[in-house]
Amino acid sequence: MLNYISVKNNQCIPFSSIPVLEYEQFLDYNTSLVKEESNHCVNYYGIRKQGKIVLICCIASDADGLIHISSTEVKPEVQLESFTARHLAFHIFEREIHENFGISYIDHPWLKPLRFPFNSFDKSSGIANYPFYKIESEELHEVGVGPIHAGVIEPGHFRFICNGEQILHLEIQLGFQHRGIENLFLEKKTLLQRTTLAENIAGDTVAGHTTAFVNLWESLCNFSPEADLQFARTLALELERIAIHTGGLSAMCTDVAYQLGSSVFGRLRTPIVNYFQIWGGNRLAKGLLRAGKTNFPFDKVLEEKLQTVFNEYKPDFDEMCKETFSLPSVLGRFEKTGVVTKEQALLTGAVGMTARSSGVNKDIRASHPHDYYQLSEHLPVIKKHGDVFSRAQIRREEIKQSIEHIRKLLESIPDENKKRQELNPPSSDSFVLSLVEGWRGEICHCAITDENGELTHYKVKDPSLHNWLSLALAVRNNEISDFPICNKSFDLSYCGNDL
Amino acid sequence: MIRNLMILAHQGKQFIPDLTSASVPGIFRGRPVISREVINEQQLASLCPTAAIAVNPLSIDMGRCTFCGECAFAFPGKISFTTDYKIASNERDALIIREGDDRPVLLNAGLIRKEISEFFSGSLKLRQVSAGADNSCEMELNACGNVNFDMGRFGIEFVASPRHADGIVITGAISEHMAEPLQICYDATPEPKIIILAGIDAISGGIFEGSPALNRSFLDKYKIDLYVPGNPVHPLSFINGILELIKVRKKS
Repeated sequence: MLNYISVKNNQCIPFSSIPVLEYEQFLDYNTSLVKEESNHCVNYYGIRKQGKIVLICCIASDADGLIHISSTEVKPEVQLESFTARHLAFHIFEREIHENFGISYIDHPWLKPLRFPFNSFDKSSGIANYPFYKIESEELHEVGVGPIHAGVIEPGHFRFICNGEQILHLEIQLGFQHRGIENLFLEKKTLLQRTTLAENIAGDTVAGHTTAFVNLWESLCNFSPEADLQFARTLALELERIAIHTGGLSAMCTDVAYQLGSSVFGRLRTPIVNYFQIWGGNRLAKGLLRAGKTNFPFDKVLEEKLQTVFNEYKPDFDEMCKETFSLPSVLGRFEKTGVVTKEQALLTGAVGMTARSSGVNKDIRASHPHDYYQLSEHLPVIKKHGDVFSRAQIRREEIKQSIEHIRKLLESIPDENKKRQELNPPSSDSFVLSLVEGWRGEICHCAITDENGELTHYKVKDPSLHNWLSLALAVRNNEISDFPICNKSFDLSYCGNDL
Repeated sequence: MIRNLMILAHQGKQFIPDLTSASVPGIFRGRPVISREVINEQQLASLCPTAAIAVNPLSIDMGRCTFCGECAFAFPGKISFTTDYKIASNERDALIIREGDDRPVLLNAGLIRKEISEFFSGSLKLRQVSAGADNSCEMELNACGNVNFDMGRFGIEFVASPRHADGIVITGAISEHMAEPLQICYDATPEPKIIILAGIDAISGGIFEGSPALNRSFLDKYKIDLYVPGNPVHPLSFINGILELIKVRKKS
């Protein structure tokens, strides 16, 4: 018997076809896989089954576009050797497994609460009693920030240990946004409710999370989306990338007190989000994407409007970029600030824009393509230095690339399929995994159904889950006054982590 | 310097001159209208993901509505969404649209505390609290201050500390973990102070209503001064709602 079953992105398989290994073998197999730089863990989580915990590990192989899935069964009271001791990138998944099920690890270096879920194993540990790392020294001081921050942003607590103005250590405590989303996917029974939930996981990644959900759901229902549906999803993902990256550049200019850049990039975001409203009636693309149908068919009129938006956007964007990226007062703040080295990015399992800024080639659009990405080759934008400047450059270049992608898409708009078949009910006893490259990075949704085709488990992973540690490492030895610009350069999601 | 001036010249005027009468581009779904057409009401109500549609008599609660428009696609003769973005009110009940209603949503002037226009009509500083939200309303509230909407022209701004604020704006369904920080923030805001709920998650819990991870008891304790529906709130809904709340009304 094989140690694993290999699937493609969005391939539905019988749950029973996932091999169940002994824990030792499960540990050896999965940790040996990630020794290859092109393999990484896209999800590793537990589910309850008849008094036991089934651990499911999904390792994506970028070389052949497959995802290797294996599982094991353990008792909740056991003590296990950790994956993390062999490869740090697993740390966040094992923290979650420990928090949800009480499984303890003998050699996990940082077994701290992840989000304090309402159904956590240890009800005695509350969010007010997070065990922060401490250094006893008269020369050091601590700075606590949050959960409520100075700007209009989401809540999270940052605890700095500083030596004068310099950050020695940052610990990030999250969980404040926890709404119990994974549980609600099971509680809410209609497809529209579940789609609405997917749209509300992270309001800055509506197209990303909704595409992951609808692709997964259609796969469960054995429905192949026609060209017009795939087209709309791909277009929405790239538009979302342009909108959020433009807003990100604006906020980065704000954080280095460059008012003109802040204003101009800020206003350039407006026509892009307004285009979502022209197309689907909502500036952040809520309500736009649906499983098995579309309410907003794309046509020639919409195409012309989008071309106009780009024609007006592009010269202003280029002009503003030219100025921003050559201005000494901006470069002085961006360059060599908040560095994540390639080794650190690989070690911590960084994904998406964060990984690509540090020279790690990770992009689901290229490695596990879905929708229209299957039809054309996507060459990820890669930067080497891993500093704030690299993360600004990635935004600039990905915006340009996304406009090119969209212009290519618009060359042949598929006709709306007016005789679409109704969705079948979801397959019984099945497992499906959906990967999407959102603007922030790799999104992974996994679902399991029972013998009646009802959802029994739903798992959401936002790229932020991987990347928060990168931020904590990036600010070490930086001035604490550079924390805001470092934080914004990663632009990670609190709600995506907290669920 | 010259290049900066050139950029300024190329940008021209970006602000919306009159925010109270601006028209929104595209197919914005604002205040719904329910016709008197006879349809299967139960079937219509069961479509709604957030139970915003009630029957006998048929109504849509904008405090719950995600504005997804699915009801209007299924029953186009019965339900339509207008582009009217002025949907904020200080009365929870005013957010409920009933069959045949097609009139603007208004604030109940009688319920507005006297000190609100007295103290805040020319300057209103707000502290925003994101509590179990999804960052969509936060992005739109930030957009209120950008050069297009430029809420600052009315003296309305978000400030860094509750101690500098005249009130709080809550977004999100209010998670258990944010219940205490929210209370602390409110207590730190000096009197007189207002509470604004922005977005349907804050107003009703939205799609998260009933989740065991929430704790909405804060809302039972205080009078809410303004409800701004939306998923997320549209900047024009937010700004117009506040302008209505703080404007000086002639004594009748």
